[in-house]
Amino acid sequence: MYTPHTDADREAMLETIGVEAVDDLFQCLPDKELPDLALPEGITEMEALAELQYISSVNETTQELTSFLGAGAYNHYIPSAVDSLLRRGEFYTAYTPYQPEISQGTLQSIFEYQSLIAALTGMDISNASHYDGATAVAEAVNMALNRFRGRRLKFVLSPRLHPQARETVHTYMKGSDVEIVGEDLDPEGDPEELISLIDEDTALVYVQYPDFFGQIYDYTELGEAAHDQGAMFGVHVNPIALGLLKPPSAFDADIVTGEGQPLGVPLSFGGPYLGIFATKKEFVRKMAGRLAGETVDDRGQRGYVLTLNTREQHIRRERATSNICTNQGLIMLASTIFLSLLGKEGLRELAALNYHKAHYAAEQINTIPGYLASPGKTFFNEFVVHCPRPAAEVNEILLQYDILGGYDLSESYPGMENALLMAVTEMIGRSEIEFMLDILAEETNA
Amino acid sequence: MPEPTLFEISKANRRGVRYPEPDVPEADFPQDFLREELPLPEISEHEVIRHFTNISQYNHGVDIGFYPLGSCTMKYNPKVNEDVARLPGFAFIHPLQPPETVQGALGLMYELQEWLGEISGFTDVGLQPAAGAHGELTGVLIIRAYHRDRGDEKRTKMLIPDSAHGTNPATSAMSGMEVVELPSDERGNVDLEALKSECDDTLAGIMITNPNTLGLFDENIVEACRLVHEAGGLVYGDGANMNALLGKCKPAQTGIDVMHFNLHKTFSTPHGGGGPGSGPVGVVPELADFLPSPVVVRTEEGDEDNPPFYDFHTPEKTIGRVKAFHGHFGMFVRAFTYMITLGKEGLRDVAESAVLNANYLRALIKDSYNIPFDRICMHEFVAQGEWEDAPDIRALDVSKRMMDFGFHPPTNYFPLIVHEALMIEPTETETKETLDEVAQVMKRIAKEAREEPEKLKTAPHNTPFGRLDEVKAAKDLVLTTSLPEDYGED
Repeated sequence: MYTPHTDADREAMLETIGVEAVDDLFQCLPDKELPDLALPEGITEMEALAELQYISSVNETTQELTSFLGAGAYNHYIPSAVDSLLRRGEFYTAYTPYQPEISQGTLQSIFEYQSLIAALTGMDISNASHYDGATAVAEAVNMALNRFRGRRLKFVLSPRLHPQARETVHTYMKGSDVEIVGEDLDPEGDPEELISLIDEDTALVYVQYPDFFGQIYDYTELGEAAHDQGAMFGVHVNPIALGLLKPPSAFDADIVTGEGQPLGVPLSFGGPYLGIFATKKEFVRKMAGRLAGETVDDRGQRGYVLTLNTREQHIRRERATSNICTNQGLIMLASTIFLSLLGKEGLRELAALNYHKAHYAAEQINTIPGYLASPGKTFFNEFVVHCPRPAAEVNEILLQYDILGGYDLSESYPGMENALLMAVTEMIGRSEIEFMLDILAEETNA
Repeated sequence: MPEPTLFEISKANRRGVRYPEPDVPEADFPQDFLREELPLPEISEHEVIRHFTNISQYNHGVDIGFYPLGSCTMKYNPKVNEDVARLPGFAFIHPLQPPETVQGALGLMYELQEWLGEISGFTDVGLQPAAGAHGELTGVLIIRAYHRDRGDEKRTKMLIPDSAHGTNPATSAMSGMEVVELPSDERGNVDLEALKSECDDTLAGIMITNPNTLGLFDENIVEACRLVHEAGGLVYGDGANMNALLGKCKPAQTGIDVMHFNLHKTFSTPHGGGGPGSGPVGVVPELADFLPSPVVVRTEEGDEDNPPFYDFHTPEKTIGRVKAFHGHFGMFVRAFTYMITLGKEGLRDVAESAVLNANYLRALIKDSYNIPFDRICMHEFVAQGEWEDAPDIRALDVSKRMMDFGFHPPTNYFPLIVHEALMIEPTETETKETLDEVAQVMKRIAKEAREEPEKLKTAPHNTPFGRLDEVKAAKDLVLTTSLPEDYGED
């Protein structure tokens, strides 16, 4: 029972208010007596739990199936300490830290998150997060548009930037006159092909690292080409890969975004996830999103507050840099705890483990006649498999053996009907990889 | 005592988690791409637990005490919701799994769409938006797409009452709309005369929050919607304050065309220190084709022997997707559990108790605080933290003093149309005893404001931290910390 009033309470309260019945409080409504909602009666907690347990049992999970699905959401191990801390009511039943004197737990964790993301990406600063990786990219586009005050309207997006991030950019930009180019280049071409599209009207050039196909490129030349034309350069990352790979600051990125889900956040059918957003210090006032800054209190103690609020909607209203109101709060906290637990060596070890497993799987797939896995490409924990038949059919056969094969690339890239995007994380054992290989060799190659 | 940062407690070669050795042959790393430095802190698991447990003690939360943050609906977050969201069948499913392997999840999303539709009167609901402001963006883009689809491209004017949340004008501007502010009348309603004068063929629509941010049900809502429709515009409803209306009023029936829900306000999903929220959008039939993709549909009805089948569907004229994947599914599970637990009469009881609590507290303190627009309120009300005989005292001082008694302050300085506003939303899960105690404290503070103003000016006194220097934070702009330069050398 979540509402506490007894009949006696209610009567006493109504008397204090000076009305006779609860309905008297609703006389302002146009419809004095709304008919009952066409919904069931309430049930007890016991019954609700049983019902939800039943509904959840209908789903087949990545614990029951062997999952090679990635494409922007990855099945990683989450240490027990993460959820144990997230379940503290002090964290999850608080709201945005508007009153810093009684919100230092949240504020310090934001400050620590910003610091960890800056260290990981090699950038100067990070905000307190966006809704997810895709909306972080859209906010980056919005930031570049604002930075040039609409004088530069061209945005060059790599075809191997996550397709759903690109779609989100298109939606966010519906009310602007921007031109988005690059997406229809050959998805298997070199990133340098983007260079010819960059000109003096270009506001931002955006790539992914590792890209949507899992591949790793040196973007130094592309970044220089963007900067030569005065454009900004954005890089969308998988944060786990940065345990091993040099950070995007090495390519002189101006904006780094990423999907933070791999950092201790359950798959949960697609959300809530975490939008990482980091940039150079010179752009801090152009960046959207909450920011925690260090200060002192009136007793001389170090503490933190939300700062640079004048960029935000509750002050600037229609002149704000974005309509964004909050950050991903608890999900940001999960990633902060996750990174604290792993530290420098843990993240390196995790990244290496993913790298080795994926390369073993790809190498072995290449021994199966008719199959070709990312030949000659440098990749992280995900790779493209060219199959001898449509990927959809291969997936169907694998599923009969309780294997989620991978992402059918033709869903986002027409013409790639036979291409499968496979991810291998630390959650998959060698025997499971080998079972998948057996099925590919014996059952899909007919 | 402030807690050291993660970077200060770090010591070289410590760690909190290990991974197994690779069970496959090791591959060669791409040497050109390896990073040299990875300056992350190194901490043992126990120290990590202690660090975060210690800083958590510096937070106030709904589980700790009264949290009347107006317009945020800080109600109790039921614990069973947290358990169900973590069931493996919900937590460990990938968003791109084939639909036949996730029928439970799709069925739950379908049912949630149906429940939200019945509660609000909207025929179609899309679940994708990640938060209230994100739902607003979705809704305004839908309005824009509707007009353009009809070839009515000159409709770019969006009317926004002066009592609105800041997100409303920010969203409109972001969607390429031109914002025109509307005044409120002397009873706190939308000023109909001002509205009429803006009703022309450039009108795209109006964004209305009802109950509004004064906690008042807009008495002109039906007429305002009629005028906007007559001029060819559409009405956006900001559903932030839906808690007052559950089972009492269906916004679609008052004339609203598209509205977002805040699952983290109305339907008890936790606020999480700032997120994640969830902002599904409901629409009238004319706008269903414009919803963000995907929505969940039932493609086979099912019978005694076969369960129904659910699948994703891309609406014909969709505005596109507003984020990756399908929305904040973990929040859908929590909100759905809450709804089915309460059922139809429980939902109505939420609205009735929320409104009862707000009016009770208003009645208790109205002799001590000025309450503009003093009439029966809905789930919240606005008082003023200023007195003629206490010239130095501001709403902020009242707020800070409330902390000394273990209460979170109300929302300060909002809505903008009330001077020194204290926007108070008790929510339905607070007891009469708590409200009595809060009223006692607030009256005491009102008295102190005249008699011992210093006590307010220097508050809070009993919290682990005193007032923080926001000017210094903005001036120095220290936004990150890092490992010390000589780290690992000893």
